[in-house]
Amino acid sequence: MAEPQIFNRHNRTLAAYAIGFAVFLYVPILFIPLFSLNSGLYQRFPMDGITLGWYAQLFTRGPVFDALQNSLQVGLSVALLSTVLAVPAAKALSRAVLPGKRPITGFVMLPLVVPGLVFGVALLVVISRLGVPLSLYTVALGHVVVCLPFAISILLPRFEGANRSLEEASADLGENGWWTFWRVTFPNILPGVVASLLLTFTVSFDEFIMAFFLSGTDATLPMYIWTQLRFPQSFPSLLALSSLILVASFALVFLSLWFARMGRTDTSLVSR
Amino acid sequence: MISIRNVTKSFGRVQAVRDVSLQIRAGEFFSLLGASGSGKTTLLRMLAGFEAVTSGSIVIDGQAMESVPPHNRPINMVFQNYAIFPHLNVRDNIAYGLRRLNIPKPKQAEMVDEMLGLIALPGYGDRRANQLSGGQMQRVALARALILKPKVLLLDEPLGALDKQLREQMQLELRLLQQRLGITFVLVTHDQEEALTLSDRIAVMAQGAVVQVDTPTGLYERPQNRTVAAFIGTMNFFDAVVHRQGMPEVQVQGLGRRRLNGQDGGRPDGTAATVAIRPENLTLHSTQPGPGAVEGVVQAQQYLGGRQMLHVAIPGRTTPVAVAIQGPGDAFISSLSPGQNVWLTWKDDAVLLLDAG
Ligand SMILES: Nc1ncnc2c1ncn2[C@@H]1O[C@H](COP(=O)(O)OP(=O)(O)O)[C@@H](O)[C@H]1O
Ligand SMILES: [Mg+2]
Repeated sequence: MAEPQIFNRHNRTLAAYAIGFAVFLYVPILFIPLFSLNSGLYQRFPMDGITLGWYAQLFTRGPVFDALQNSLQVGLSVALLSTVLAVPAAKALSRAVLPGKRPITGFVMLPLVVPGLVFGVALLVVISRLGVPLSLYTVALGHVVVCLPFAISILLPRFEGANRSLEEASADLGENGWWTFWRVTFPNILPGVVASLLLTFTVSFDEFIMAFFLSGTDATLPMYIWTQLRFPQSFPSLLALSSLILVASFALVFLSLWFARMGRTDTSLVSR
Repeated sequence: MISIRNVTKSFGRVQAVRDVSLQIRAGEFFSLLGASGSGKTTLLRMLAGFEAVTSGSIVIDGQAMESVPPHNRPINMVFQNYAIFPHLNVRDNIAYGLRRLNIPKPKQAEMVDEMLGLIALPGYGDRRANQLSGGQMQRVALARALILKPKVLLLDEPLGALDKQLREQMQLELRLLQQRLGITFVLVTHDQEEALTLSDRIAVMAQGAVVQVDTPTGLYERPQNRTVAAFIGTMNFFDAVVHRQGMPEVQVQGLGRRRLNGQDGGRPDGTAATVAIRPENLTLHSTQPGPGAVEGVVQAQQYLGGRQMLHVAIPGRTTPVAVAIQGPGDAFISSLSPGQNVWLTWKDDAVLLLDAG
């Protein structure tokens, strides 16, 4: 009974801290959609006027669509590949008997903390040593490395929350490991798989550093933005583009988190 | 049907099952009875193939099980928590094991309907698992296993989560079902009443080992040691010492010297032993009925529905002696109240001599 009281006492401080944190994090980002509506070429207050013209202008730029297509291609393949790779990895990591489980988990999660720059350079060195030409494939490869920890950390609680005796019941009713996976395990982790697909797609779609090092002649959207930053007259329409990406990313991440939580109480209902 | 030979199971340093040997016959309702932690579940899981034996062997229906994985064993199990698939409805749960058998869909539906009838849940086929009560989940788990017509059905405390009334109803249903289908049932339970009412034979387990295997009557009337006697029904225990000079006798705490009817098993002079008497084998008297009777004071009276239990304090003993009285009793019994003096007698052949401890 002592703990809730402690939490209550600090509730206001905590809430204030959380709000301050959110302001610090998101207010700068809010300037992007705000100035994307500014009719003037320069970003300053007071704003010159409100316009959707920069958004309209985006549609006249052919390279934007090429980049968008590239990003979608890379994003979809990365989402699929990293999720497919993460499912068996998370399954193995969730089983208590795996020797060296902790170091392996740490190793898999490493890309979350190692600077993208380091990984980008390292991959670039390896890839050029192997004589593989830089292309969207190499970008996708880099993105899979970045996305795997995200996919695993979404899937791992799914497996850990799963009721072990359901798989035993399946075996008991005559299904081998393969069929047990598809008939029992997979349906129970499915929301996690969807969440992982959405999140990894978003991470790949927004990723810049790996793309910077590993892309060839085809640019992803973030790369396109980077190359256009030099031209002041295109800056407002880049803000418009960024705003669109921002909204899409937020939506996808929220959707992903919703799926990640979905049905979690359901399965624990029947677990020990 | 099932032959368990010197099976031992260790988890690291913990020996969960020690050198268990059991023969379970075809068509038998066999129970593993023991306190929590006595190794019942572990033994059952070894039968199902979820745990490997550390040493010993298990033979089911003439086939050694050593290298047979769970999905290939001629056995099905009802799990302690039912393990109903939450993403499937009742119908698909019951039909789960049929996929592998290549049975045409219409036939499958027919079999499922038959099972729904058997477990008295017709019309529940489209319910989801989380719309079922505990008792209903238990029946679905049963149907899901029985539809595969296993040779042996394993049940791990299947009624443990149910309330008393439902539990007694399901006990009866289980017994009838088993007799109707003729399948071998192996039931795990810590509830002696459940084991006694359901089983053909019971193995009493303690600390991983089997202490005694017998019929319910056998366990009740001829417990081999104090552990079993204490576990099955109510029993009055008296510390005793064997005397063999002249007539074999025991010196019993609170009862004095008593003759033995040749049941001391040749225990040497001076051996510590335990004398056990069932509450229903004691008779109460208002006055001294003759030599050998023991005087005591009524301490408490307990009504248990159709019978009552009197607790009588006797000199030289800390725990009162329990005396069971069937039915309402005569005028003397109904006049009894705490503090009253009474006399106790018993027939000599109702006395059991067990090892001490
Ligand atoms: N997987 C396991 N790992 C370690 N110890 C276990 C495991 N399963 C059971 N045990 C131990 O084995 C003993 C018997 O357990 P169990 O078979 O579950 O008993 P019961 O079903 O009679 O309550 C207990 O001491 C328990 O802690
Ligand atoms: Mg148990």
